[in-house]
Amino acid sequence: MRELHVSKIIETVKKLCIDANYYLGQDIRDRFKEAKEREDFPMAENILDILIENADIAQNEQRPMCQDTGMAVVFIEIGQEVHVIGGSLEEAINEGVRQGYTEGYLRKSVVGDPIERINTKDNTPAVIHYEIIPGDGFKVTVAPKGFGSENMSQLKMLKPADGVEGIKEFVLQVVKEAGPNPCPPIVVGIGIGGTFDKAAFLAKKALLRSTSERNPKSLYERLEEELLVAINDLGIGPQGFGGRTTALAVNIETYGTHIAGLPVAVNINCHATRHSEAHI
Amino acid sequence: MSKKITMPLTAEKVKSLKAGDSVLLTGMIYTARDAAHKRLVDLLEAGEDLPIELQDQVIYYVGPTPAKEGQPIGSAGPTTSYRMDSYTPALLEQGLKGMIGKGLRGESVITAIKQQGAVYFAAIGGASALMAKCVKSAEIIAYEDLGAEAIRKLYVEDLPLIVVIDAKGNNYYEIGQEEYLKTLR
Repeated sequence: MRELHVSKIIETVKKLCIDANYYLGQDIRDRFKEAKEREDFPMAENILDILIENADIAQNEQRPMCQDTGMAVVFIEIGQEVHVIGGSLEEAINEGVRQGYTEGYLRKSVVGDPIERINTKDNTPAVIHYEIIPGDGFKVTVAPKGFGSENMSQLKMLKPADGVEGIKEFVLQVVKEAGPNPCPPIVVGIGIGGTFDKAAFLAKKALLRSTSERNPKSLYERLEEELLVAINDLGIGPQGFGGRTTALAVNIETYGTHIAGLPVAVNINCHATRHSEAHI
Repeated sequence: MSKKITMPLTAEKVKSLKAGDSVLLTGMIYTARDAAHKRLVDLLEAGEDLPIELQDQVIYYVGPTPAKEGQPIGSAGPTTSYRMDSYTPALLEQGLKGMIGKGLRGESVITAIKQQGAVYFAAIGGASALMAKCVKSAEIIAYEDLGAEAIRKLYVEDLPLIVVIDAKGNNYYEIGQEEYLKTLR
């Protein structure tokens, strides 16, 4: 049994909160550059240039790329051979968020109760997903999620008969309805299968995957590519001012489901698709 | 070519702006988002005075990140505007001439923009580090308890904006997308 002290978890979560908000991933930067080469609509090109410049300023000046530094969504993969010592794992994660959001000058956007709406002033609680894995590894991923895009996400329980066509239709409808609101170019995370809750989790998890990696199953790889083309044919464009680049990538995650169902969740992310991870 | 506009935003200046124009805005503007809007409109409904004078002013929908030492403000990009839609017409009636945000507006806001001769600008969503460099000073002037949502007075220089809805109600989200789709045909 490997022992892992909570102080290590606090330190790691703190650093990941800051890193994710200051440094845009290389894969997104690569997508921006590809988009710039393909885009020939002047306003759209101009906006892509501004987004690249913004990511550079954030990185060089160590400041958040976006003022919505999000609600901290934390994914934990914990080996079944790991014993967390020195305190509560959940409290350690929240303490890491508390320290990261305070020391990193990140905006505290979380209210303690959804109706009473009093700001907790330290961005806790984080939304935490735990996964138990074999071995003695411990992986933390922090994905700050802004709500301009989160608010545009949707879930639908399709019928099995709706099939791939039904999925495509629903995804396009969600992206169309979102229009300029989620700060396009967007990254589209799609969860298909499982139950109501599982589909939503998968859609969120899909956003963690690099935009340069496709789904390993050819059926879904094809669907990711077809959906990306169809979304970009909508013409919404960067910031919704028209253009080719509405989405940078479509990532799909799937799970087995019930004979009677076809749950589909669409989690939209803005161009700042932030996530930082560490193995400890 | 960007049009340079300085505050205050008079009716005359509003008239010169058309959907799709790129604008560099200089001068004093206010910040306010969801919770601050609710308080302002509650005051109006109670027949009380507002803590800010809105005539010929502009409100920027932004909740900035905390400023580091020596900087006037943290990162400061626009938040999504539709959440302010239910409050906006009442503020336009008070003489407010412009709003800065991002994303779609409802029909009632577009109607009020036309009636009052105002303008809706978009700032580039997410380009918050870049826009923060345009903010030369920031001061909380109301609702400090709201934290990121407090009303601030900002002095901005050459803040890059795009006119989305002009005083005639032309909507650049529709125009821009139609123009792009035409290039595909």
